[in-house]
Amino acid sequence: MSILIDKQTRVLVQGITGREGLFHASQMMDYGTQVVAGVTPGKGGDWVLEGKIPVFDTVERALAATGANCSVLFVPARFVMDAMFEAADAGVPLVICITEGVPIQDMMKVRRYLDQEGVRLVGPNCPGLLTPGESKVGIIPGHITDPGSIGVVSRSGTLTYEVLYALQLRGLGVSTCVGIGGDPINGTGFTDVLQMFEDDPHTEAVVMIGEIGGSEEERAAEFISSSMTKPVVGFIAGRSAPPGKRMGHAGAIIEAGSGMAADKIAALQSAGVRVAEHPEAIPALLS
Amino acid sequence: MKLHEYQSKQLFAEHGVPIPRGEVAETPAQVRAIAEQLGGSVAVKSQVLVGGRGKAGGIRLAKSPEEAEQLAAAILELEINGLPVRKVLVDEASEIVTEIYLGVTNDRTQGTPVIIASAEGGIEIEEVARDHPEKIVRAWVDPLIGLRDYQARNLAAAMELPRQHWGEFSRMARGLFDTYWSLDATLAEINPLVITREEKLLALDGKIVLDDNALYRHPELEELRDLDEEAPSEREARGHGLSYVKLDGNIGCLVNGAGLAMATMDVIKGLGGEPANFLDIGGGADAEKVAAAIQIILSDPDVHAMMFNIFGGITRCDEVARGILMALEEVSREVYLVTRLVGTNEELGRRILAEAKMDTASSLVEAAEMVIAASKVSVSE
Repeated sequence: MSILIDKQTRVLVQGITGREGLFHASQMMDYGTQVVAGVTPGKGGDWVLEGKIPVFDTVERALAATGANCSVLFVPARFVMDAMFEAADAGVPLVICITEGVPIQDMMKVRRYLDQEGVRLVGPNCPGLLTPGESKVGIIPGHITDPGSIGVVSRSGTLTYEVLYALQLRGLGVSTCVGIGGDPINGTGFTDVLQMFEDDPHTEAVVMIGEIGGSEEERAAEFISSSMTKPVVGFIAGRSAPPGKRMGHAGAIIEAGSGMAADKIAALQSAGVRVAEHPEAIPALLS
Repeated sequence: MKLHEYQSKQLFAEHGVPIPRGEVAETPAQVRAIAEQLGGSVAVKSQVLVGGRGKAGGIRLAKSPEEAEQLAAAILELEINGLPVRKVLVDEASEIVTEIYLGVTNDRTQGTPVIIASAEGGIEIEEVARDHPEKIVRAWVDPLIGLRDYQARNLAAAMELPRQHWGEFSRMARGLFDTYWSLDATLAEINPLVITREEKLLALDGKIVLDDNALYRHPELEELRDLDEEAPSEREARGHGLSYVKLDGNIGCLVNGAGLAMATMDVIKGLGGEPANFLDIGGGADAEKVAAAIQIILSDPDVHAMMFNIFGGITRCDEVARGILMALEEVSREVYLVTRLVGTNEELGRRILAEAKMDTASSLVEAAEMVIAASKVSVSE
């Protein structure tokens, strides 16, 4: 019914004793996610969340004790590169990095290394994953979407929530929602997720939410045109953004005449994607 | 964060890249003294963080110290693309035989640094990429290994640079890459890299852009920041942890999340309104942060109406509503405001605002239509 995560996913939370880590670990558990362990170096042996979740000093020990197969990171930006390396070296196959503000050079090293080790990284600077009714790994609010057959992939956070909510109001459910993050260099791109949705028998259509900056949307358009049979509806944020200014996300900037919304919209349209004028117009394009 | 040419070249020189002899000055008299010291012809170059300096008359060649002083006086009066010229760089003039482009930046798609070189130097590399893509050569650098010597040599060969310059070119490529890598730059560029009549290679012009997220590792570079690069309101917003970009319209926008903030601006613009700003208050925005954001939006005298669009996932709508009321108490200027609140505790949030006689909306389009109508009324009055 989903991609990347489902009921069986056993989640480890790196940075679980921090404010954000603790809050979202509890939110994930409330949603029904199997949160099995936390890691904070120096806090091994503690138990958090009413004594339900054991904390370990190292990812290696957490994995040995609990069999976690996915790690979500709420580790401060200065330490998160090391935390991602630790997760990869311990053998975690799926790493979700929520942290915002990671230096680009750190991301270049992490992405190269994790690619070589065969580790799937989602993020950084992303809201994580949600498979409605089964599991949420990250910070996407659970109550704004229901199980269904629409795959959602996005570079954004609250804009994604907006779209999920618009779908819910029209009775459209979601197979999995993937936030790939707003940084210029991230682990998983649009094309990776589109391929997964194309291969997932329970996803019938895809909503793709892009924004200004870079050329990921153009590459996605090529992929859709050459390799996708399922319908894709798109939205691109930043049509009114001026060039040369960073619009909040580290990756959302029109540089040297590339990364413009108009070009991305044109590329998607020529690949047969129906592009919505605004987020609330997306559900109508799916029917 | 962008660095000036003189700062960039100084950093290049520290990493072994040869640059012309020269010094930075703030007055015509200083320019004359530097020119006298250098002897011969000099280039007087305005130091502003925008392109198009040459076209605007901000780069001039002087044959004598007197001429340098006169030109500097004129250049220091200039405003280039809205930025005042406060400093000029005085460089020893070079007799140029060949101009080359050499730069390092992040390849977003590959996720690695890429070195870009072209025998077509001295013009914008984007122009070369558009008109003569075959004249651009590239080498991707493994971030876990670093630049290898053969890669620099390959670039020189691919550019068909005469063999006697390969050694010096490779040393410059190494120095440029080291600058980029050790400073956490997102761009380090020499344009043009020149070969002089004496067969010497020099970085005639330089540019560095730093990764803001990595500045904590380089506190000494933070001191190089030019405050003219951003508007005072943008600087203040940064101090509050808010992401704000000033625009030309009259509708102030306050939104949580960067993507949603852009989409909100797009909707306003699409329906015929003009956004005055981009503002992302971020996740978990508390009352104080909302108050700071409102102050910043209203410090723009062009703002005649405001729209707040809050999709509460983590952010609680009642807290946002209280923040709005608290902030408005401290603001002397009254403008129309419509608030759209969705998500956690939205009913409570809307009730708090309704009790204070404020407009609320449930959909994005509805809120945008309300604020656009109000902005037009305000303008015609």
